[in-house]
Amino acid sequence: MDRAEVESKMTDLLVDELGIDRDKIKMSATFEEDLEVDSLGVVELLMALEDNFGVSIPDEEAEKIGTVGEAVDLVIQKLGG
Amino acid sequence: MPGRVALVTGGSRGIGRAIAERLATDGFRVALNYRTRRDAADAAVAAITAAGGEAVAVAGDVGDASAVAAMFASVEGSLGPVAVLINNAGITADDLLLRMKPEDWDAVIQTNLSSAYLTTKAALRGMLKARWGRIISITSVAGITGNPGQANYAAAKAGLIGFTKSVAKEVGSRGITVNAVAPGFIETELTDALGEGMRDAVLPSISVGRFGTPAEIASAVGYLASDDAAYITGQVLVVDGGLAF
Repeated sequence: MDRAEVESKMTDLLVDELGIDRDKIKMSATFEEDLEVDSLGVVELLMALEDNFGVSIPDEEAEKIGTVGEAVDLVIQKLGG
Repeated sequence: MPGRVALVTGGSRGIGRAIAERLATDGFRVALNYRTRRDAADAAVAAITAAGGEAVAVAGDVGDASAVAAMFASVEGSLGPVAVLINNAGITADDLLLRMKPEDWDAVIQTNLSSAYLTTKAALRGMLKARWGRIISITSVAGITGNPGQANYAAAKAGLIGFTKSVAKEVGSRGITVNAVAPGFIETELTDALGEGMRDAVLPSISVGRFGTPAEIASAVGYLASDDAAYITGQVLVVDGGLAF
């Protein structure tokens, strides 16, 4: 899976799972401030990422994710790409 | 559409069995967990099935992390994600604190309280996805008033109350309610072991003048598990015949 595919899938997940406005989603957007996702929402997103991409994201690594782009980076890393 | 899935820990006997029976009657597909009493679990499943309900027995020590993970995988694989979790499994190992052995303290805390951390964490995943869930823990009046000889049991049961309120605040926005039911003295194997002297000493303090039945606890749980109770969360429903107030 290439970066564009991961970004696209990530955007779909943010819209479908967390109900975020598609227009607000940029790679530089922060979950907490820009997208107003609460801490539980970030956990839900990570669970959705695990289920959708078939990867496993340990809590210590999840804690470091602040922006959409960082989440994409982590997924790509876990996919082995 | 198949009914929602309910998992009752310690569901083979006593209060747990009554809860499993009540939830099955209410249309839930019930997984009842047991640790060693396979015979009791099978009998409970048979009774539920004979009455027209749906139930399966699933083994596992709820105080053990890998057993809990295996149990959830098994239930999700056969019935589907858990929508209603009843943290009912509990043991006693009574003694005055000064004589209480470390293993008796640890076992009661692990089986009665830490188990709730393990099972609830596992169940929340599916409940968050479904945006619907019910987590009901069986605490005890002992956890509210204390009881000589039961510092470990009372500590674990009181711990379930703090746990209930905290988790309720975390997940309420996702349609998941988290409550506790606090039974008083209920006619089960656990209280049969109390002895006549204790019984006679306690009865005068119970306003309705008798011990309760497991079905009466199951009724409270059944209500909290229903859609009717969607606006109730973080609460402890005391079902003790008017003892601890």
